Parts: sequence; C-alpha cells; structure tokens
Amino acid sequence: MTIGAGEDTFKELTVEELRAKVGTGMPIDDPEEHMLLSMGPQHPSTHGVLRLLVELDGENIVNLAPDIGFLHTGVEKNMESKTYTKALVMTDRLDYLSPMSNNLAYILAVEKLLGVEATPRAQAIRVILCELARISSHLVWLATHALDLAAMSVFLYCFREREYILDIFEMVAGQRMMVSYFRPGGLWRDVPEEFEPAVRQFLDFFPSRIADYEALLKDNPIWLERTKGIGVISGEDAVAWGLTGPSLRGSGVDWDYRKVMPYSGYEQYEFDVPVETDGDVYARYRCRMREMWESLRIIRQALDKLPQGPVNISDRKIVPPPRSELGHSMEAVIHHFKLWTEGFSAPEGFVYQSVESPRGEFSVYLRGDGSPRPARVHFRTPSYVNLASLPLLSKGAFIADVVAIIGSIDIVLGEIDR
Amino acid sequence: MITEILKGMFTTFKHLLQPPVTIQYPEVKRPVRYRFKGRHELKRYDNGLEKCIGCALCAAACPADAIFVEAAENTDDERYSPGERYARVYEINMLRCIFCGFCEDACPTEAIVLEDNYELSFYDRASAIYTKEMLLVPVPPGGQPTPQKVEPGKYDRAIPEMEDPK
Ligand code: SF4
Ligand code: SF4
Repeated sequence: MTIGAGEDTFKELTVEELRAKVGTGMPIDDPEEHMLLSMGPQHPSTHGVLRLLVELDGENIVNLAPDIGFLHTGVEKNMESKTYTKALVMTDRLDYLSPMSNNLAYILAVEKLLGVEATPRAQAIRVILCELARISSHLVWLATHALDLAAMSVFLYCFREREYILDIFEMVAGQRMMVSYFRPGGLWRDVPEEFEPAVRQFLDFFPSRIADYEALLKDNPIWLERTKGIGVISGEDAVAWGLTGPSLRGSGVDWDYRKVMPYSGYEQYEFDVPVETDGDVYARYRCRMREMWESLRIIRQALDKLPQGPVNISDRKIVPPPRSELGHSMEAVIHHFKLWTEGFSAPEGFVYQSVESPRGEFSVYLRGDGSPRPARVHFRTPSYVNLASLPLLSKGAFIADVVAIIGSIDIVLGEIDR
Repeated sequence: MITEILKGMFTTFKHLLQPPVTIQYPEVKRPVRYRFKGRHELKRYDNGLEKCIGCALCAAACPADAIFVEAAENTDDERYSPGERYARVYEINMLRCIFCGFCEDACPTEAIVLEDNYELSFYDRASAIYTKEMLLVPVPPGGQPTPQKVEPGKYDRAIPEMEDPK
C-alpha cells in the first residue's frame, strides 16, 4: 500500500490507519489490490490548492474524494469584525476570477438589508462589468482547461483577450483583479470617458476571437476524443447534487438566476440561456462558449441604452459626500468622518441574495443586528457545491480524464475554502 | 478530420503574422491607467506644507489595518501642515496593505494618494514598513521644507477646497 511521501511510504497500513491518515473518510473498496493516489495539493491540473485522493484499479477510478481547506482564510468570520463597506474587500478574494460578481452579490444583499436600490445608471454599469467579468472568467477556464488537455495555443490567445478586460477593470476601478468597485448605494466613482469606446472596441474584435477558439477546439478530433462522453451526469443527478451554472445547464436543465430571479435590471435585456443536453465535459464546454456570445449581447444592449445621471444614491447616511463639498460644508465633513470611521448601521434582520456568477449560483446570507457590522455573513459558493459532485462524475473514468472533468466544472479554490 | 486539423493549423498560422503582444518587462513598462492604485504618496501643497493633518481617518478606513498615524500639534513657529495638527509618525505596512484605496477615499485633504509605482519589494519584513520620510513627496520647486515659520493665523484651515476626483 503506497500513500504519500516520506519514511512510511511503503509501510503496510491497516484500512483504519489508512483512513485516519488520508483524513477524507473515503470508503476504500479493496485496500489490498487497489492503489491509493494522492493528487495534489499542488498538482498542476487541480486548479488551485486542491487535494484529490483517488483509489485506482489500474487506470480506472474506483473512488475519489476531494480534500479541501488548504486555502482557508476565514473570510466569513473576518467580515463580522468589519463595517459593511470595509467587509466588501473580502468578497473580492473569494472567486478571484470574477470579483465583480462577488461584489455584486454582497452589495445587493447590503442594499436589500438597508432597503435602498442603486440608480439605473449604476445598475447598468454593474451589469456591463459583471458580464465582462463572466467573459474573462470563462477565458481563464477555457485557457486552463485546454492547457490541461495539452492545447497550448488556446491558453495564450485566451490570456491575451483577458488582459484587455483586466485593463478595462484597471481603467474603471484602478485594480485589475481585486476591484471593490461596487459600493453600497452605487459605485466607487462613475466610469471614465474612455470606458465606453474601450468596451465597444472589445465588442467589435471579440467575436472573431471566439471564432478562433472555436476553430481550434470545437471540431478538433483530439478535443472531441478527450471530452465527449466523459464525466457524464444526468439532469436529475445534477439537480440532486445541487449543481448550478454551466455545469447544470450542460445537463439540459434550464436554470439561470438572471432569468428566474432577475437582479440589477437583468430583466430589461434580451438574451438566451444556452442549454446543452449531453451532460458531459463537451456539453459543459459548449455551454460556456455559447454564454460568451450571450454576454456580448447583454453588454451591447446595456451600453446602447446606458442611462445618464448619478451613479450613487443621494442618501448621505450611506454614501460619503462628494469631495468638492468637504471644503465648505461642515455637514459634509461630519458625514464623511462618520461614514469612514463608524460606517452606517443596518437594521436588524436577514436577507438572502443570489446572483448568477460565471460558475453558478453565488448567494450571500447576511444578518444585521442594528450595528454597523454584519452579525453573520455566509456565502453559498457554486464551486463548493459543484466540487461535491466530482466523485460521481469521475467514477469509472480514467485517471487522465479526472483532469478534464475538474476543468469542466470550473472550480476556484478561493471560494471553496473561503 | 484533415479539414479540422488544417483549420486549427491555419488559425495558429494567422497569429504568426500578427505583432507580438508580450511586453519585455522590465526593459519596457506598461503604462498604468490614471486610476491605478499603486504605492502611496503623501502629498504637499505648492508652498511645501504637508497636506496630511494627522486625523488618522485613513487608518480608521483601512480594512487591512495597515496604517499607523500619530499626530502632534502644529505651531506657527514650527508648522508642518495647515490646521492644528500634523502627522508626527506615519507608517504603512506594505505587507498588510491590499491597495484598495479606501485610505485615499477617506482622507479629507487629499494628502494620501495611491500613485502608479507597483514595483515594491523588500528583503525583510521590517523594511516593508514605509515611514513618513519614504512616503512624503519632495518639496516642490518654490516651496519650503517643513517645519516652516509662518505668519500667525494664516494656515488655520485644515480642509482645503477640492475638486471631485476623476
Ligand atoms: S490602500 Fe487600502 S489597505 Fe492599503 S493602506 Fe490604504 S486603505 Fe489600507
Ligand atoms: S493621510 Fe489624510 S486621512 Fe490620513 S491622517 Fe493624513 S490627513 Fe488624515
């Protein structure tokens, strides 16, 4: 029995000892004949600090258990000690590939608790940025997924386009990844003038880039061989395991929070929810590729009818006063000092807010107790729930297919361990 | 099957003819955007007085608790900044800082600004703490270094008139 590294690599262990050692509670069918393999926690294809314990019969997977927690940061607990505004920076660090969606979920929850709604302009800008984030997240997914299956050039092309989106984020928020751009009651600042031309340029060139990715992969026989019929999950199973996002829609279930519970004005835009029926790695790949087209459609519509007006609500108890007032208004100075030291108090009660992040349902449970700090924050993160289905997806598959399957459920360890 | 492979080959070949997108850092540097949040600077007025009034609002607003401010009293004989107080000690721990820019938003005098330097590196933890001397910008031409001896009553106002940031 071989497990782990170090002195006792080849020591005989009883099943109980073995279980205690691997610490995952995974049932082991045949400890005498099968090989136990520990993939990770720094395995290049596990997309983060994930450890997989795999029981192998030859090359076939008998059992598999994900072992998580290596990236635990205590975000939820930490947020309880910060004011509502300051806690925002924590949410960027959950799903670090699309911080905009996390920001949006948290900010919408705070606004719901406070009973305020962002201005139409702020809502439209939020939608544009979230859809750009969706595209950039899908680009990283496609890049790494293809790289795991040895398609190097896709990786390079995707990162080039992602760079353009990150540059737009830097233009609006000053940060490429940890944006913290949405604030309670609106946005940090209005978007700069060069924002609209930059996004329009992206809308112009990006379709041809998607065509490039499709030319490289869509009908590529090697790609089809590695993805078709691999990691199949039926619609019922997907619902039963709580899958959301493209991983669910790849199994033929039409469920998208932007449609079923629209937020931030998504009901105004016309778009389709791509659904594929096969439930395999390829179906999930097709879903995400088609989603990029839909995101482009949403961005174009939102940009075309971008409302004018303020981006922040005028409630000075929530949004700090503009800098130009500080020099001559004592009241503004008092509000400014109060908001940046103590923050605003939210009423007692709890709210639950879901958004459709690139990975699926990202929800925030937020409880206020009348103080300026949240009493409890909890995140329902899509990667965490989607990862739970990995043992089911990979049962009976080859060990090499696990890599394709992990890629296809598109996990981010930041939001799994949080 | 052959056509699909040729299609893929053709896509890759197309890219051979395009100019490279790689930037040869550090020889070539990518210019950053106007709003970029890089290393902080403590600003001065044109006459050389420091903008920071030691109010510690930045420290209160910092989600990472990276800032330490200790204020002391100004006098007209030894004036560092307009108003009653100035920052005698001002330190930012760059290992804690997450470059969120909340300190800049919170500062009532535009004293602390996140500028475009992103090349921060240190050999040990102690040198990650940037002191006031490291953060304060040089005296602008025509200005005087601080502390200054000024006319009594001229610099009583701590918060200046400012414009909304772009
Ligand atoms: S940028 Fe953010 S983390 Fe850094 S010192 Fe300022 S407030 Fe603190
Ligand atoms: S930098 Fe600004 S906020 Fe911080 S102590 Fe100085 S004046 Fe106050």
